[in-house]
Amino acid sequence: MPRVLITGTAARRFTGGQTEVAVEADTVRRMIAELERRFPGLGHQIDEGMAVAIDGEIFQDAYQTPLSPDSEVVLIPKIGGG
Amino acid sequence: MTGTRSPRSRRSRRRSPKAADLIEVEYEVLPHVIDVEEAMKPNAPILHDDLFTQGVDPKPTAPSNVAKRVTFTKGDFAAGWKEAEVTIERRYTSKAVHQGYIEPHACVVAVGNDGQCTIWSSSQGQFMVRAYCAKLLNIDLANIRAMPAEIGGGFGGKTLVYLEPVALALSKKSGRPVKIVMNREEVFRGTGPAAGGVYEVKLGAKKNGRIVAAELVVKLQAGAFPGSPVGPACMCGLAMYDIPHVNIVGYDVVSNRPKVAAYRAPGAPNSTFGTESCMDELARKLNIDPVRLREMNAAKDGTKAAHGPTWTNIGYLQTVETAKNHPHLKVKLGKNQGRGIASGFWFNIGGESSAACHVNEDGSVTIVEGNPDIGGSRASMAMMAAEALGIPYDKVRPVVADTSSVGFSFLTGGSRVTFATGMAVTQAAEKVVVELKKRAAAIWDISPEAVEWKDGKAYPAGPNAGSFEPLSLQEIALKAGRTGGPISAEVSINAQGAGAGWATHICDVEVDRETGYVKILRYTAVQDVGRAIHPSYVEGQIQGGVTQGIGWALNEEYIYDKDGRLENPGYLDYRMPVASDLPMIEAVMVEVPNPRHPFGAKGVGEVPIVPPMAAVANAIADATGIRMRNLPMSPPHLRAALDEQEPPRQAAE
Repeated sequence: MPRVLITGTAARRFTGGQTEVAVEADTVRRMIAELERRFPGLGHQIDEGMAVAIDGEIFQDAYQTPLSPDSEVVLIPKIGGG
Repeated sequence: MTGTRSPRSRRSRRRSPKAADLIEVEYEVLPHVIDVEEAMKPNAPILHDDLFTQGVDPKPTAPSNVAKRVTFTKGDFAAGWKEAEVTIERRYTSKAVHQGYIEPHACVVAVGNDGQCTIWSSSQGQFMVRAYCAKLLNIDLANIRAMPAEIGGGFGGKTLVYLEPVALALSKKSGRPVKIVMNREEVFRGTGPAAGGVYEVKLGAKKNGRIVAAELVVKLQAGAFPGSPVGPACMCGLAMYDIPHVNIVGYDVVSNRPKVAAYRAPGAPNSTFGTESCMDELARKLNIDPVRLREMNAAKDGTKAAHGPTWTNIGYLQTVETAKNHPHLKVKLGKNQGRGIASGFWFNIGGESSAACHVNEDGSVTIVEGNPDIGGSRASMAMMAAEALGIPYDKVRPVVADTSSVGFSFLTGGSRVTFATGMAVTQAAEKVVVELKKRAAAIWDISPEAVEWKDGKAYPAGPNAGSFEPLSLQEIALKAGRTGGPISAEVSINAQGAGAGWATHICDVEVDRETGYVKILRYTAVQDVGRAIHPSYVEGQIQGGVTQGIGWALNEEYIYDKDGRLENPGYLDYRMPVASDLPMIEAVMVEVPNPRHPFGAKGVGEVPIVPPMAAVANAIADATGIRMRNLPMSPPHLRAALDEQEPPRQAAE
């Protein structure tokens, strides 16, 4: 199962301090839905203000991005720019 | 708050001074706080009664000027700190600075009797202008047409609106077109700036130079409302290094200043001034060459960043190694001269982009895109389309279209356009190639699969396809009406996997000990650019970013009087570097192609502003032995530091 790592406080407050979660999901959309089911509010938090780094590559607002069983997913704040 | 606009309308410039004289405004001076750390104190005047610090547990019950606290951790900092044989703890600060675009904010808005609104303004995103106006004034997006004017500089400061919604409301009310133009003083008082802040850095290393623990605390000014780039500041400051134990804490702090706006790699230059200055101080303490210290601690593919991701396809170490072997480092320095090294990181982003590729009747090609060109991106679009089509670059004309003429495109920012919009343009051109092959097949009356496209011409794919003279794009375009109609394609995408930007800079300075003036003698900026689509424009981006960073380092700051009033709202008193201040900045491009992009492009516009502040500070320390930990390192500040170093001269001397 993909591993979701939560390094920052923005997401960790929903998981009760848990920093790593295994999630049964094969797309980012399904991962977000599963995280929302297990940690109410976290899915919404990801939708509104977070990006995901999948195996080191950053994706923003990308529901259909596939996850492999050994994917490492890191939740980070959404990135803007100047 | 100072800088907040009080709108008033006027029918003509001639009548306006008289009208303005008739308006009386009374201001009550309330308790206020300007400094970021003063604003964090428990007894500070509270700006918002309903602002409670996010990110702390338990949830606070009293309001605070600290809008948000963010943390990132890796390993066990306390354990790592104990392992360290050499430690260093330093505090650095920087002031608010303006993005410094030459063109002030301006717009014209006309609302017709039918309720259709047209906005002419220059910004970093016409779709952004449309969205803000629609949201603020409750108008359907389809009833607003935002026209992108040429932009005279943005650098992040034009990623939001100031004038357009006001002009739109006034036009709606008056039934006449409305023009609003800011003067320079209004630009300084009412727009931008970039955040200033405080950066506390701890580095712990083994005697051999291997860094085992790092801590970074970032306190950023948000202005009057929350929203400083504290997250990126925290994530970028130490991203260049492979450090096992890291603790990062950031605070987003409101104070009685204008609300901050984005500025080139928002937040990264701030924290990196602290971390890269501290790296230099550590190198000196360890007596290790600063390039070598960076090389031995460099993040590589497979390194886990403190904010979580495991790096892949990164070119940081290549920038360090290229700097290490650059002839610049072999040049001998003279009296009062010094050399500084600093590195930097910026994420770069992708996002939503649309593009269209139209083949015109004469075989020329129009590329339509939705991103204002702030750094030469149109040229890159034309080059990528020409490459995909196999035709000369000068046969392609790129156009930045209004919001009714091209699909949605996220604004121009985050160094995203050549990457993301370039991807959309390339895909649109590739779709056109598929169509061109179909049209050639129709002319030859063979199957489209039997046609191949090469160097801008259709060829039969092999002897079995038949014997035909090649058909050029121009010949196919001429017969488009007979083979199915106009040839064009549109593509809308959400581009992902932008690929990060990495840089290592070398700066030589000479310090005038009499005046505190710092002259930049030589500057070399090495950067991982992915694949440079238009090398001289990439070079221009690097030189521009470095120049702004040098200004931030040496002179730029918002200066307030004791009552909280801005004292230098103009270019005479807000000193930005000009061409005569600087040597030719040498840009060295390291190409680690981005596999996500058809031509390997990565964003290039932001990371060059990240290292210069520390590079200059490190060079000044090398030249004088004085460590400047507070920006700007302007002549009065450096002169004061020199005075402390050496006793003031006697009047008789």
